[in-house]
Amino acid sequence: MFDNLDPVILARAQFAFTVSFHFIFPSFSIGLASYLMVLEALWLKTGQGVYANLFRYWLKIFAVVFGMGVVSGVVLSYQFGTNWSVFSTKAGPIIGPLMAYEVMTAFFLEAGFLGVMLFGINKVGKGLHFFATCMVALGTLISATWIIAVNSWMQTPAGFVVNAKGQFVAAGSWLPIIFTASFPYRLVHTVIAAYLTTAFVVGGVGAWHLLRDRSNPGARKMFSMAMWMAAIVTPIQILAGDAHGLNTLEHQPAKVLAMEGHYEPSPNGASLILFGLPSNKDAAVRYKIEVPYLGSLILKHDPTAPLPGLSDFPRDQWPPVPIVFWSFRIMVGLGFAMLGLGLWSLLARFRGKLYDWPWLHRASVAFGPAGFVAVIAGWVTTEVGRQPFTIYGLLRTAESSSPLAAPAVAVSLIAFVVVYFAAFGAGTYYLLRLMAKPPEAREKEPPKVPQRAAGITPAAAGAQLTAGE
Amino acid sequence: MSIDLTIVWAAIIGFAVMAYVVMDGFDLGIGILFPTLAVGEERDQAMNSIAPVWDGNETWLVMGGGGLLAAFPLAYAIILPATYPLMIAMLLGLVFRGVAFEFRWRDSRHRALWDVAFWLGSLVAAFAQGVTLGAILQGIHVENDAYAGGWLDWLSPFSVLTGISVVVGYGLLGATWLIWKTEGTSQRHARRAAFWLGAGTLAALGAVSAATPFLDYDYWRRWFTMPNVLATAQVPLLVVICAVTFFWSLKQGRERLPFLMSLALFLLSFIGLGISIYPYAVPRAITIWDAAAPPQSQSFMLVGALIIIPLILAYTAWAYWVFRGKVGTAGYH
Repeated sequence: MFDNLDPVILARAQFAFTVSFHFIFPSFSIGLASYLMVLEALWLKTGQGVYANLFRYWLKIFAVVFGMGVVSGVVLSYQFGTNWSVFSTKAGPIIGPLMAYEVMTAFFLEAGFLGVMLFGINKVGKGLHFFATCMVALGTLISATWIIAVNSWMQTPAGFVVNAKGQFVAAGSWLPIIFTASFPYRLVHTVIAAYLTTAFVVGGVGAWHLLRDRSNPGARKMFSMAMWMAAIVTPIQILAGDAHGLNTLEHQPAKVLAMEGHYEPSPNGASLILFGLPSNKDAAVRYKIEVPYLGSLILKHDPTAPLPGLSDFPRDQWPPVPIVFWSFRIMVGLGFAMLGLGLWSLLARFRGKLYDWPWLHRASVAFGPAGFVAVIAGWVTTEVGRQPFTIYGLLRTAESSSPLAAPAVAVSLIAFVVVYFAAFGAGTYYLLRLMAKPPEAREKEPPKVPQRAAGITPAAAGAQLTAGE
Repeated sequence: MSIDLTIVWAAIIGFAVMAYVVMDGFDLGIGILFPTLAVGEERDQAMNSIAPVWDGNETWLVMGGGGLLAAFPLAYAIILPATYPLMIAMLLGLVFRGVAFEFRWRDSRHRALWDVAFWLGSLVAAFAQGVTLGAILQGIHVENDAYAGGWLDWLSPFSVLTGISVVVGYGLLGATWLIWKTEGTSQRHARRAAFWLGAGTLAALGAVSAATPFLDYDYWRRWFTMPNVLATAQVPLLVVICAVTFFWSLKQGRERLPFLMSLALFLLSFIGLGISIYPYAVPRAITIWDAAAPPQSQSFMLVGALIIIPLILAYTAWAYWVFRGKVGTAGYH
């Protein structure tokens, strides 16, 4: 039935699907782990019950998100082998050790302390519990560092030689392999993105409850914290993104040209194409709306600086421009909209109306999921923009795959789609249901114990769920 | 330097796989036994006994897979395509059972559904792992350092036998874990299940051991020729000792010993597999030296592994210690 399909396209679709789905969870759990750490620290420091309440509230959500992140991540560690065995054989000696370090320094750390963080509050002291929370948060950041090192090496490979078997192996020191040219930019951009994604979810949830009850102290506190993040961190992210773009122009110019939609070189300064319909077939962007000189001003910080075009590169090295062009615009558009929301909240805050402007709250609810969309759009931009290579300029995607049988890949792709939508769809529904419950003001005074997340006695869990409905 | 890093890495990967098998083995085993547990308290206790540790247990699977990619990339690149549908089935099974841990508490109306997902996911994952073991033992068709067979080559009576064996064996680990961690009715049920699962595991062990030497002349020679037999005969001897101790401890009403004896049976089986396979990474096709990553990669990882793995073991042991004792009816919270 599937024999006439191209197995490499199917394998690419499968990887794109599983990795995109997976990254939704870490981009939330990286930020949420740090947020929980901050909440617990504030609780221990000030003894204010509101922080304990918020900690307990978001811990339940974290438990669900983290579980989904783990299981969708295990899939990825095996997909390199099932679908991309040539890539695994050739790049394994370089990326394998980096990922092994990720497992050893991050995954075990998170998993080892997660049990205590979720279930151990009555088993260990407050200080040790806080330590466990910190270790989980640290683990998420270490994990991000290693996997971004892997991805960055694939984007801007360095520090390797090719051995007699055609494998990429370390030339000497491992530092140039880990700290490649794009690594610091990508790491900063990704981690800030995770923090912003979380901030907008927290802000959205806070706003949702403010719309129902402006006096809820938990909702006020989380909304205020989230809006500080939106106002302060969004501009930093835009600057980080700009620096990342300039770095990409230096090392992967074809990707930036695809993002900008420049097929032809611009010797006298490039325009900025705002919108249009790019087509690789015609090598042109139709119906484009452009601002003259602005492209060069952004990318070169000089309005008349020349910029190459994709036609300066061999045709078989062009990424699929329409996807990259549009995913980039989605990311940037959302970034500036987030900035707008952050500024709006500052205005409200300085007028003393942060909890009183319903339209600000409605906008925040609407922007609750914006971070996820922006993160996925950003990854689509950088990953599709790397095509047609898996290791940029060195190993083509078409030459990276396993000896695949189209039926096996097609059936498994369908199975992944069905299972992910069923399992993670249910998970998303449970998350929304948890978020729809207002944070309870259960603890006014410094409490002895916060309640734990999962595995509550069935009766209590049932009662809580009913209370939330 | 006289130390062969390839052997060191084979030992580390072997350790990771073994750690995975016994640790995720008992929590997958609880999943396999889930339908036999009474709805309500008994199931909740069983779930609570593994909720704080299952994530760490499963991380050893990532360590095994990631470590294989890092240390023996060629073996990784051959075994995974050769067992493609099994790997996908295992991963999807793990997805279902993994989300069930949280979901069953979040949705009391559909708890029965998530309990089924937990059982089926565990069962499929365990069976797929067992069949994969059989597929590796019976040999993989390799040409030019790549998998050259079809996508259903792994399927054979032998691999189905190993699949069933692993399911029964994990069930035994799960049941004996429950003897240790629960009391009252739950413990009584677990004890009864452990008796039959113990008998089943030994029968499966016997059947697989009897069939393996006939897969290939080499396996036969390793086990039964002089002077090898003097060393290899110790394995079945120890299996008999462990089996007798296991049934005795069960009869005596001991709480921890049945689990430890089940672990010992797994360890002995693992040593037996080592005797059959070493020094191949893919039996009869690729040795560990053929498959090994270049020395730069091996030594870079070894520096970290020697420091970090003991740390991992230390805080994992601490996490288990925090949740020591019986889970109790109200859970440990």
